[in-house]
Amino acid sequence: MTSVTPDSVSSARPDVLALGPVAWAKKNLFSDWFNSLLTILIVGIFGWGIFRLVLWALTVAQWQVIPNNFGLFMSGTFPSQLYTRIWAILAIICGLAGLSWGVLGRNVSTLFSRNVLIGLGAVCAFIVLFPPTRPNSLQLLPMVALVAGGAAAGRQIGRKFPGVGKWISLSWFLSYFVALWLLGGGLGLTKVSTNDWGGLVLTLFTAVSGIVLCFPLGLLLALGRRSALPVVRLLSTAYIELVRGVPLVAFLFMGQVMIPLFLPIGSRPDRILRAVIALALFSAAYLAENVRAGLQAVPRGQREAAMSLGLNTPTTLGLIILPQALKIAIPAIVGQFISLFQDTTLLSIVGLAELLGIGKSILANPAYLGRYAEVYLFLAVIYWFFCYAMSLASRKIEEKLNTEH
Amino acid sequence: MTQFQTEQPSAHSTSTEPVIVARDVEKWYDNGFHVLKGVSMTVYKGEVLVVMGPSGSGKSTFIRTFNALEPYQKGSIEVDGITISHDLKNIEAIRREVGMVFQQFNLFPHLTVLQNVTLAPIWVRRWPKAKAQEVAMQLLERVGILEQAHKFPGQLSGGQQQRVAIARSLAMQPKVMLFDEPTSALDPEMVREVLDVMRGLAKTGITMVCVTHEVGFAREVADRVVLMDGGYLVEENTPQEFFSNPREDRTQKFLSQIL
Ligand SMILES: Nc1ncnc2c1ncn2[C@@H]1O[C@H](COP(=O)(O)OP(=O)(O)OP(=O)(O)O)[C@@H](O)[C@H]1O
Ligand SMILES: [Mg+2]
Repeated sequence: MTSVTPDSVSSARPDVLALGPVAWAKKNLFSDWFNSLLTILIVGIFGWGIFRLVLWALTVAQWQVIPNNFGLFMSGTFPSQLYTRIWAILAIICGLAGLSWGVLGRNVSTLFSRNVLIGLGAVCAFIVLFPPTRPNSLQLLPMVALVAGGAAAGRQIGRKFPGVGKWISLSWFLSYFVALWLLGGGLGLTKVSTNDWGGLVLTLFTAVSGIVLCFPLGLLLALGRRSALPVVRLLSTAYIELVRGVPLVAFLFMGQVMIPLFLPIGSRPDRILRAVIALALFSAAYLAENVRAGLQAVPRGQREAAMSLGLNTPTTLGLIILPQALKIAIPAIVGQFISLFQDTTLLSIVGLAELLGIGKSILANPAYLGRYAEVYLFLAVIYWFFCYAMSLASRKIEEKLNTEH
Repeated sequence: MTQFQTEQPSAHSTSTEPVIVARDVEKWYDNGFHVLKGVSMTVYKGEVLVVMGPSGSGKSTFIRTFNALEPYQKGSIEVDGITISHDLKNIEAIRREVGMVFQQFNLFPHLTVLQNVTLAPIWVRRWPKAKAQEVAMQLLERVGILEQAHKFPGQLSGGQQQRVAIARSLAMQPKVMLFDEPTSALDPEMVREVLDVMRGLAKTGITMVCVTHEVGFAREVADRVVLMDGGYLVEENTPQEFFSNPREDRTQKFLSQIL
């Protein structure tokens, strides 16, 4: 067992950056002729590729397809006179994100470090300069302000009421239903058919719903697979192995056709709901295996210590085993969430107009014939952005939960 | 099979009231290994009982039957008047009265030291948080780690972690404390601080069953020492007799190996 003394933390360690860029390059990139050759070759290939890409983007590419269809990309055929409702959803998300950030970072010396300020500035500049978003600057810039303001407020609230974390979680939970209401209408709002849900909004909605549904399901399956009751164990294992043996596309089609068979005649659940259920049922099987790996990694002594203190099985599971197992499994779980997010692209195959589906339908419009590269590059950047944000968040959570030093 | 009558506890033990009564306990592991071959032993209130024996002799298995961490197949074990059965309620009732300290500490790494100590009082005894924390702080002071209360176990040395583990068990105010080689996983310089805590504990009059190879500790603190070998209880004696004038050859052989 080693203990970290303050000494070993503060004592200077050899710092590569202290070398200075030229010396650093010399040491790492041009240490001998072979290394130098590799460096030049790789930089050459990448540089040429990037140069060609930039050249194409600036001269050949016809980007009008993006701003002309920006509304479609973002929210499909959602009626444009009701866009305020989508803005409201975005505002709720931004406000809550800001609050959460502030509450989580309440003990950091400064929330708005230089890097964060540069980042916020860059986002604002992007909003104003990027042609598709420029017309909406008036709505988008306040969103940035909402994040920043929420963070500042969250920090104050977090310092005053240390137990506010669970209220934030609850707010996120409730916000999901508020978003559902704002999208679908009813209860005093104009109804919007789910056929008009589309684009990025639909992608995010299905992804979030899938994640929210598959997590508890995966957890139960993982626990079931390790249960002491043979029947539960057998059923969980059978489910997991069965689902993992079927490709998602087949699963989605089956979901569209078969889910109604399990329900009373006449009640035909919505296409989007069926897709979300299929997606969640599918991902849960994989998630269960990730959680199971985490459960197995918790030492046996933890359970024994908890039991010997008189804790009953549910308490032991909830307070001792699961927190540790999930912490171990975070990278794998987030990995699964990222694949789920990417798997939403397959929903276009079963006829949903999610982001990729919208892209395809726009490309089918004769006015934008042949604009493949522009559209797909744009979509790729959007997908990358969300996936990278998730993996960044997972790394931050891991850091925060690390209690080893 | 070696059987013997439990004598009146000698030395400075305070009572003849039994706390743990094990009768002809036999246990097989799932792979068919016959690990306990009929062990009888009585632990009296307020005494310190040291269990010694070669590796693999079944010491851990035996004391882990006392709080039902290991089930047994034959015989009976009575703890504080309750016979251990398969009934979950009954097992939980026994575990509330029996504290256990493990060789590997087994602290909960995701909880702070204070949370480790308050967890069971809050969730099992249903104490209000403030009361649990107050008691926990007193215990942490007693084992000498008050300043570390808000650190995580991973930030402490082995000796400190084991002292937290002792405090964590004591927080449930158990009638009996079981120690399974509490100093075996420690660096030599940390053994002492843990033994000191255990010495202090023995003086409070709590009943203790310790599996340990610390001869000095056994000589000084134990009321009785027993030797286990091959799933049998081989000898039970006062520490003086056990170490200087053992009855059994096997004890002699064992002592010649560790002394
Ligand atoms: N789960 C198990 N399944 C099968 N055999 C086991 C199991 N646990 C322990 N044993 C065996 O039972 C015997 C007694 O084990 P136990 O841990 O009780 O010994 P011990 O006296 O505590 O030894 P040590 O001094 O090494 O801790 C050993 O031979 C061990 O290999
Ligand atoms: Mg042992």
